[in-house]
Amino acid sequence: MRKEYVMGNSAIALGALAAGVNLVSGYPGTPSSEIIETVGKYNNGSVHLEWSVNEKAAMEVAAGAAYAGARAMVTMKQVGLNVASDPLMSLAYVGVKGGMVIVSADDPGPISSQTEQDTRMFAEFARIPVFDPSSPEEAYIMIQDAFEYSEKYHTPVLFRPTTRVCHAYASIECEENPQPKRYEGFVKDSKKWVIFPKLSFMNHEMIEKRNPQIGNDFSKYKFNTVTGSGKKAVFASGISYAYVKEYLKDRQDVMLCRIATPYPFPEKLVLPVLEKAEEVLCVEELSPYVETHLQRIAGVHKLPVKVFGKSTGHGKLSGENSADYAAKIVGEFLGDKPSEDQIELSDMPQLPIRPPVLCAGCPHRASFYAVKKAMAGRKAYFCGDIGCYTLGNAMPLDMTDTCLCMGAGITMAQGLYHTDHDAVSFAFVGDSTFFASGMTGVVNAVYNEADMILCVLDNSTTAMTGHQPHPGTGRNMMGDIIEKVDIIKILEGIGVKKIEVVDPFELDKAVAVVKECAEIKGVKAIIFKSPCIAITKPSGKMNISEKCIGCKKCIKEIGCPAITFRDGKAEIDKSLCTGCGLCSSVCPVNAIGGDCNE
Amino acid sequence: MNKDILLCGVGGQGTVLASKLIASAAMLGGERVHSAETIGMAQRGGSVTSHVRIGEAYSPLIPFGSADMIMAFEPAEAVRNLCYLKKDGIVIVNSVPVKPVTESLHDTGYDGTEMISYLRKKCSNVIVVSAEEICEEFGSSKFFNVAILGVAVGSGKTGLSAENVMVEIESKIPERFRELNKKAFIKGMEIGEGYEAK
Ligand code: SF4
Ligand code: SF4
Repeated sequence: MRKEYVMGNSAIALGALAAGVNLVSGYPGTPSSEIIETVGKYNNGSVHLEWSVNEKAAMEVAAGAAYAGARAMVTMKQVGLNVASDPLMSLAYVGVKGGMVIVSADDPGPISSQTEQDTRMFAEFARIPVFDPSSPEEAYIMIQDAFEYSEKYHTPVLFRPTTRVCHAYASIECEENPQPKRYEGFVKDSKKWVIFPKLSFMNHEMIEKRNPQIGNDFSKYKFNTVTGSGKKAVFASGISYAYVKEYLKDRQDVMLCRIATPYPFPEKLVLPVLEKAEEVLCVEELSPYVETHLQRIAGVHKLPVKVFGKSTGHGKLSGENSADYAAKIVGEFLGDKPSEDQIELSDMPQLPIRPPVLCAGCPHRASFYAVKKAMAGRKAYFCGDIGCYTLGNAMPLDMTDTCLCMGAGITMAQGLYHTDHDAVSFAFVGDSTFFASGMTGVVNAVYNEADMILCVLDNSTTAMTGHQPHPGTGRNMMGDIIEKVDIIKILEGIGVKKIEVVDPFELDKAVAVVKECAEIKGVKAIIFKSPCIAITKPSGKMNISEKCIGCKKCIKEIGCPAITFRDGKAEIDKSLCTGCGLCSSVCPVNAIGGDCNE
Repeated sequence: MNKDILLCGVGGQGTVLASKLIASAAMLGGERVHSAETIGMAQRGGSVTSHVRIGEAYSPLIPFGSADMIMAFEPAEAVRNLCYLKKDGIVIVNSVPVKPVTESLHDTGYDGTEMISYLRKKCSNVIVVSAEEICEEFGSSKFFNVAILGVAVGSGKTGLSAENVMVEIESKIPERFRELNKKAFIKGMEIGEGYEAK
């Protein structure tokens, strides 16, 4: 055993390796991305590891391996599970041979996501077990248990950490030299592996009979625990358990019940608690999941216990919990005196708000600015997508009119076009998102004769989630150099007639290209090609000379965070500036010069 | 030893490296450590925090009113996170503000001074340092994260040994930046030690 200080995501990766995982696939998404990166760091080539093109592909790759008896793990963020839900729902009926664990990281807050959906509900919807770790230490062990249960019951299982578990660091004792599992290989059996209505009917019944048994099994599971005694009980799940524990410490005058496997619900473990307690409080994030089950069990058994939680106003309806929030609601529930450790802060001055912004020197800023300039005075719709470039919505660029989900910008731009032929419809999509779910949208546009301009913001990486490679980068997670999948050839193949490639920092040229495309009918594509500045060496530094007349045009037009205003003049922060030169093409008196990268 | 240290600042200021150094130096000293970082969208110029908990802890996030120390890389971020500080806790704060782009667009006059006076009014232990001054000789404020760590260790309030932090700087920082980081740490230490002597 060796000790490692790692983040929750790495603990999950190391746990999977300790479980002898044979194949790991996934698609990047905060807060899940570091799981695959960690597997990559420790992989000696014996595990097949991949960033799949999207979550659906990742799920299916993993399912194939699990059919062959291998242990497979697939990772994604919670909204990725929506993309992968088609294979998942069917897979739940078919089942697996080798252990298959689907990690779907939830993001209460939401901190970096579009939704506050709850993977525990998804597990119940799909009728498969789900594990909910409350710390990195627990995640390391629990993911190994997840593989065991998956194999024991021949079912894929979900594993859902939340952001605060994924991004918390702790020391774990981990296996020195884990060996991948030996497996038999795929054995043909079309009665088993080919889904037909008859098979679904039979397996559905089997699953509904099996799940209560898993619930009983889970009632004995080591991470489902009941401690303490008394007439009151607190139920907590996931990270909220850690918050409650932080408040209660080793207090024994209240029952504390940890639900580590929300589905199938460990009813046998919980029933005696509900029989003993007069009042229970549920502390959980996202949906009132445990709460609903407690209400159900209390109802079925006609117990007089009162269940408090989100539905009774004793829990937030949205957003994440915290150590303080848990302390507050548990303290109130138990009738404790509130602590007075805090500094009184009611007279706090107004604080600046800090919405996230595109980095100084980000090529997306230049691309958006070029389109904005080209379309000045014209009616145009700007459909955005998921990635760093969603930040193109911020003032002063204000270049994102819609953002829904991965790839939606391309298809929504078509919907807008079909309702308004006078406006120019734009869709902005990053290179990774284009591969993940943009391509089919382009086919749709060509086939259904939409007029639109597709702007591929190609920065040669998956920037927002931490710079993962993708099919267009020529590298994969096995460390191999492969031929790049070429976006231009894809577009040509689909039948896009007008395709332009331009460096967004050549502003005049970029503006001219956009204007030209706006005059042409049909689907046009402009590939704005320039690498993400966070993974390239900055090429220079710009500075603002005495000539600055303080007009603030550079600030008001492009909003680069490296430019500030002091004593009536604009100023460039040298430690942030990358020398991209965009500001100098905006300044009306040519006051900005220096070491530009052109 | 139980110590809760909260680091806060603006995405891109290097809080993560400083918190990693604290965590690993504490572990080198035989302590159990838990920590938590802001990862994701906020890293692009939003407010970020790192919670480092040395000793026994269940929650990775520090509860309000429990932090022994706040290391703030930006004045308004210190105020934003003051709820975490113990009544007798210490704040080490950079006086140089980071103005959000929205601020440059509509000037409200934010320059950090109001924040510093508020901190002084609310807590008895405040060390104000200027990243610009400290880092002038290093040619970039990129070294401020290690310098402020030096101030914290020098103040004697972290319970960390300077030798252990040095060992971690040695092993965690790429060679081409190592010497300047060591210098920045030592410079910070001197400032922190000066405070303790007062
Ligand atoms: S990480 Fe790259 S793509 Fe994202 S905002 Fe920064 S420069 Fe732009
Ligand atoms: S050159 Fe101008 S726009 Fe580009 S990073 Fe520097 S200050 Fe920002």
